[in-house]
Amino acid sequence: MKPVLEVRNLKVYYKSIWGDYKSVDGVSFNVYGNEVFSIAGESGCGKSTLVDGILRLIEPPGYIPSGEVIFEGVDLLKLPEKELRKIRWRKLAYVPQGAMNSLNPVIRIEEQMVDAIVDHSDMDKEEARKLALSMLKEVGLPSEVAKMYPHELSGGMKQRVIIATAIALKPRLVIADEPTTALDVVVQRGILQLLRRLKEDYGMTVIVVSHDMAAHAQIGDRIAIMYAGKIVEIGSIYDIFEDPLHPYTKGLISAIPAIGKKYIKYIPGLAPSPLNWPPGCRFHPRCPHATDICSKIEPPIREISSGRYVACHLYG
Amino acid sequence: MDAPLLELTNVTKIFKIGGGLGLFSKRVIKAVDSISFSIPSDKPLITALVGESGSGKTTIARMILGLTKPTSGEIFYKGRSISEWLKKNKLEYYKEVQAIFQDPYSIYNPFYRIDRVLEIVIKKFKLASSKEEARKLMVEVMREIGLRPEDLLGRYPHQLSGGERQRFMLARILLIKPRLIVADEPVSMIDVSLRALFLDHLISFKEKLGTSCLYITHDLNVASYVADNIIVLCQGRIVEEGDKKSIIENPLHPYTKLLLSSIPVPDPKRKWRELIDIASIESFKELKVEKGCIFYTRCPYAMNICKEERPSLIDVEPGRKVACFLYSK
Repeated sequence: MKPVLEVRNLKVYYKSIWGDYKSVDGVSFNVYGNEVFSIAGESGCGKSTLVDGILRLIEPPGYIPSGEVIFEGVDLLKLPEKELRKIRWRKLAYVPQGAMNSLNPVIRIEEQMVDAIVDHSDMDKEEARKLALSMLKEVGLPSEVAKMYPHELSGGMKQRVIIATAIALKPRLVIADEPTTALDVVVQRGILQLLRRLKEDYGMTVIVVSHDMAAHAQIGDRIAIMYAGKIVEIGSIYDIFEDPLHPYTKGLISAIPAIGKKYIKYIPGLAPSPLNWPPGCRFHPRCPHATDICSKIEPPIREISSGRYVACHLYG
Repeated sequence: MDAPLLELTNVTKIFKIGGGLGLFSKRVIKAVDSISFSIPSDKPLITALVGESGSGKTTIARMILGLTKPTSGEIFYKGRSISEWLKKNKLEYYKEVQAIFQDPYSIYNPFYRIDRVLEIVIKKFKLASSKEEARKLMVEVMREIGLRPEDLLGRYPHQLSGGERQRFMLARILLIKPRLIVADEPVSMIDVSLRALFLDHLISFKEKLGTSCLYITHDLNVASYVADNIIVLCQGRIVEEGDKKSIIENPLHPYTKLLLSSIPVPDPKRKWRELIDIASIESFKELKVEKGCIFYTRCPYAMNICKEERPSLIDVEPGRKVACFLYSK
């Protein structure tokens, strides 16, 4: 099967007077058609920077020292800005973190949606208006929302407006960064189920980036776990939750509080700094299974069984 | 029986929204709507106050800490009203009732080394008689919390991670040894992999020091881990109250049921079965129910009476309360 998106050895660094912050430091993965691909990790692991890198939204002092982002056979990193613009929104939609707060407070919802659609398609205003209205309906919002201003809507409703706009042009791939942060649990469930529907009802491919493992468990098909600028493990959502292999994934899963769970554990130590990643395996200072080799040689990510990738010397 | 450690009786807090000086105020918001509950004094307990944004949970914390005054109603600590405590025995009150806030950064002064946070406490509550003794005490409490004094003392707040800053607050608590901790979303800025460490300290304070805690959170998963009792808030009112086990295993109020069924379970084998009808559960921001049950518009069991009257919080079993007409005789 040909992937929709191939990320090859992508690095995103930020220049500083102390040296480079190596936020994303050599990440590779494939995303296939019609799947929800989850990217999980704690704050500072580089997951949002990874998304910015994929979409080429990195601005100085950030830069991309190496890597390829192949979307439908084309390397987005090499594409002229004009060509990239044609792909964004039409084929590749992005719901950034906190997007619901980026709506213009003095413009009615409908106008904002129409502007975005007209800007990125060949439609005229009338066609765009019709599309905007039908999209609001698709995400379960009543039609009067079109004439409203953002402050009249709740957070979850704004988030649905953003998703409705993002998917209006029926993109092949939708990337959502922390789509449910700051939403109440009940609304969060609604938004997560809406994202899942993008795959099931529209056949889109969805990448969801979140720190919330429980959210991933509910909507993901496959999941990549990031730690310290690297992906440490990739696998089907069932395999990863049932039988995590990387010691970090194991720790992360046993750290999630859940109803009915008597004990949760913590991972001793602290997440390292992107300015100064530990040598060898970046998890070794916190790892209960670390041996000599772990502090010296960085384990490459390897496919150890079909579709299961792990970067750990325990599975070498 | 002794007076409860903490008791709120019909506490209401009203905010006026819009317009300077309140002259042009368009509307008032009842952030907290005649709430009563108590935390017993006979044994240390962790009581979780669970509610979504806008439920009034943070306002309750601020009132207990004396940071804002209730519009009506009274808050008692050990049988004495808080306003009296703050007027006559302020220092003593804050020796016994301590806070841990959501953002561990905002409470540090960025110009001072973190040591000062502990030094001030030692000075204020006269915990040590000499500098050496103070230093020894600081090192002791930090070690107890699992922080390395040799790495952290002398540093500035921005040099600490969110988790370290929040755990440093625990060291401060350990120094003060209060009777009651009011913790408002204390783990939301801590990495998931380190949350258990923080929560386990709160539990050990309860077990070893006898410190009770009012744990304020939106997260029922965390509440179910840390708490003995749970109070569920919805739009400024208590809808249900009881021990953790019965609330989680047998929720009575339709709102609690909705909350519990909406929590994502961190297990892909237990996915949500049915799609939630988001249009029916989410109301426009401006809309707030003025009459009847606050949950009426979203409730699948709504009856005629629910539209007209506001259900009061009634006892259904010992220690178990619910505000819903489905359970009134």
